[in-house]
Amino acid sequence: MTIKILFFGITTDLTKTSEISFQMPKNAKVKECKLALIGHYPSLKNINSYAIAVNESYADDDLVLQSNDVVAIIPPVSGG
Amino acid sequence: MQRTSIKITTEKLDVQTCYDFVFDETCGGIVTFIGTVRNDTQGKKVTQLDFSTYKPMAIKEMELIAQEALQQFEIHKIAIHHAEGSLQIGAIPVIIAASAKHRKAAFLACEFAIDTLKKTVPIWKKEYFEDGEVWVNAHP
Repeated sequence: MTIKILFFGITTDLTKTSEISFQMPKNAKVKECKLALIGHYPSLKNINSYAIAVNESYADDDLVLQSNDVVAIIPPVSGG
Repeated sequence: MQRTSIKITTEKLDVQTCYDFVFDETCGGIVTFIGTVRNDTQGKKVTQLDFSTYKPMAIKEMELIAQEALQQFEIHKIAIHHAEGSLQIGAIPVIIAASAKHRKAAFLACEFAIDTLKKTVPIWKKEYFEDGEVWVNAHP
């Protein structure tokens, strides 16, 4: 299935991109998506932590992804 | 009645707009928190800042904070406005205003809102120095 990945903050610099289409097996979980992304962009290992949002809400590692989901990489925030 | 005002904008934030939104004759006080861009970070001179956002999600998270503040504290209304794009030293990146019948709730709501915003709202600050730039908090 195809999902969309969005990058923000430092991860746009690390991956040199802000948005990609990404292929994942059907019923893949968030944690599998994270592993696949690090395989695709080893530079993501350079940050210690980041959160994942799926369709504009924070998501746990065990959430099952659906086709056309929008997965956002959320590095530590620094608003305010 | 709309009890929350949530905004992310590239335009200059306006304290009066937030004040006017939360003002009500039933309230005995309004507390505002105004963030301002500081001119140094750990002794290094900052020349400018840039805020980028995941805007649709940031708006949702700010609305969640506002709704939580309305539930937790006896406030009447709350406004949370945040800037995006380039900001100069002294500019205002964030305004939070809360009105309440009694002041204590408004103080608590403002503190809760800014503390939570800094933890959960997907907004990122890049600081520019004379000799480079850095994403703030990127390596906690």
